[in-house]
Amino acid sequence: MEGWIALYIFMLAAFTGIEVIRRVPAILHTPLMSGSNFIHGIVVVGGMVVLGMADTTAEIVVGFIAVFLGAGNAVGGYVVTDRMLEMFKSSDKTKTQSKE
Amino acid sequence: MTPLEFIVPAAYFAAAVMFIYGLKGMSSPVTARSGMIWAGIAMLLAVAVTFFHPKVEGNYLLMIIALVSASGLAWWWARIVAMTDMPQMIALYNGMGGGSAAAIAAVELLKVHSGQVDLQPVTLLVAAFGAIIGSIAFSGSLIAFAKLQGWMRKTWRFPSQQLINMVVFGVTVLLGLIIFFAGPHPFLLVLFFGFALAAGVLITIPIGGADMPVVISLYNALTGVAVGLKGYVLEIPALMIAGIVVGAAGTLLTQLMAKAMNRSLGNVLFAGFGKADEDAVGGEVTGEMKSIDATDAAIQMAYAEKVIIVPGYGLAVAQAQHKIWEMTELLMSRGVKVSFAIHPVAGRMPGHMNVLLAEAGVDYEMIHDLEDINAQFPNTDVALVIGANDVVNPAARKDPSSPIFGMPILDVDKARNCIVVKRGQGTGFSGIENLLFFEDNTRMLYGDAQKVAQALIAGIKSLG
Repeated sequence: MEGWIALYIFMLAAFTGIEVIRRVPAILHTPLMSGSNFIHGIVVVGGMVVLGMADTTAEIVVGFIAVFLGAGNAVGGYVVTDRMLEMFKSSDKTKTQSKE
Repeated sequence: MTPLEFIVPAAYFAAAVMFIYGLKGMSSPVTARSGMIWAGIAMLLAVAVTFFHPKVEGNYLLMIIALVSASGLAWWWARIVAMTDMPQMIALYNGMGGGSAAAIAAVELLKVHSGQVDLQPVTLLVAAFGAIIGSIAFSGSLIAFAKLQGWMRKTWRFPSQQLINMVVFGVTVLLGLIIFFAGPHPFLLVLFFGFALAAGVLITIPIGGADMPVVISLYNALTGVAVGLKGYVLEIPALMIAGIVVGAAGTLLTQLMAKAMNRSLGNVLFAGFGKADEDAVGGEVTGEMKSIDATDAAIQMAYAEKVIIVPGYGLAVAQAQHKIWEMTELLMSRGVKVSFAIHPVAGRMPGHMNVLLAEAGVDYEMIHDLEDINAQFPNTDVALVIGANDVVNPAARKDPSSPIFGMPILDVDKARNCIVVKRGQGTGFSGIENLLFFEDNTRMLYGDAQKVAQALIAGIKSLG
């Protein structure tokens, strides 16, 4: 990929990341960290691509590890975040009223 | 162009949009769950189309085995774990992501060695850099997990630790450069990854439990960056965007957390509180600690007009949130006004205490932030501090020589009476003497938070 275009993508993504969470209330810091932990679980896609390209035993073993770890990141991250956010469900209404 | 050549990148694009939308949703309590569902759909979509990615030529069965087994294990463990243990689970799953990024780099570098893949010099450099970051996030997160899980209690410090860490990190970078110029020979790769993993371990072992949230958040950001860099190497923009968005958001989050603890990130990473207290622990402490038993404490609260409960790390460790809520309900049925005051870094992570109280059934209306509640302490009859220490230490206001001077604290010392539930007479994580314990209006109630709460409930009930 053209290096400069990649740099532009990185720059815009970085600003997006900062803007998206800039005004997050403190009570959501832990769920948000957990949620962003889930999102970088997308690395599993990269793991699948390298495993799909792997030929030698070493490549296959390491590629397998990449998919395994990536999938664990994605699924574990999702379940942990979901369990935390579940706690916020019942009182959604009162929370918004008291905050705003 | 075949349909697949369109569908695969289009699905990745859609996934990237949904990830950002989902993360945006997660920044408000109302939309957090739906945001998470969007992100989840994005993940499923991205994984599904990857089977048809043009570079994927085989090993489908292995892929499915890895996906299913890891998903099953991660799902199962994340389901059974207690709410109080969530922080280390984040560390564990984050470490897995970092490890995955490092493993991807390893395969790419092996491919370059065998001549099957010819990376541009810049790409090779990015691959090596991502490998270092991913490896550090992997081993560092696992150490953080082990520490929070209680498998590794000690804070390891040894002479010239900083120097050794620098050397290990320097050798890692040097090996990366050698790989860049001389080519990725497998032997060099083993050394390279070995040193990178060692660096993550060495950086993390001297950091104490109280600082772990900041460190986990930092590793979370690092994994994001590593994933973003892998996206560049593999030419998958969705990975670049998701990774870097998380990297940037995680960095900001890390700063917010460090700020709430009145520490700079450098301070967390390179100097423990252990050093700070040597010159400050001598701060004059006058008076003595006065204890109270649970029955008297129960009476004091039962006949109070207004009680503020300040939960901290000790409550989380003792898993006393349900008992405390039971006690609160008893008090409220007697007409006592009860509120909860939460310091931004109470519990094991910012926001963790809110999650725990919500789990126990505490209404949001009763939970207050530091800014909201500090003015209420002077007209409060009893402030009940449970397992919190540094966040209620008036030294932060009064003693300029204290390492925590200037840190925002909950002004429990201004309440008419203050009862501190604590396991023993020791100092908090910071090792700093807590002036609060020596105040005239403070009474110490020693014991495990769970058992004390039980005794308080019994005490209040016996009043009829």
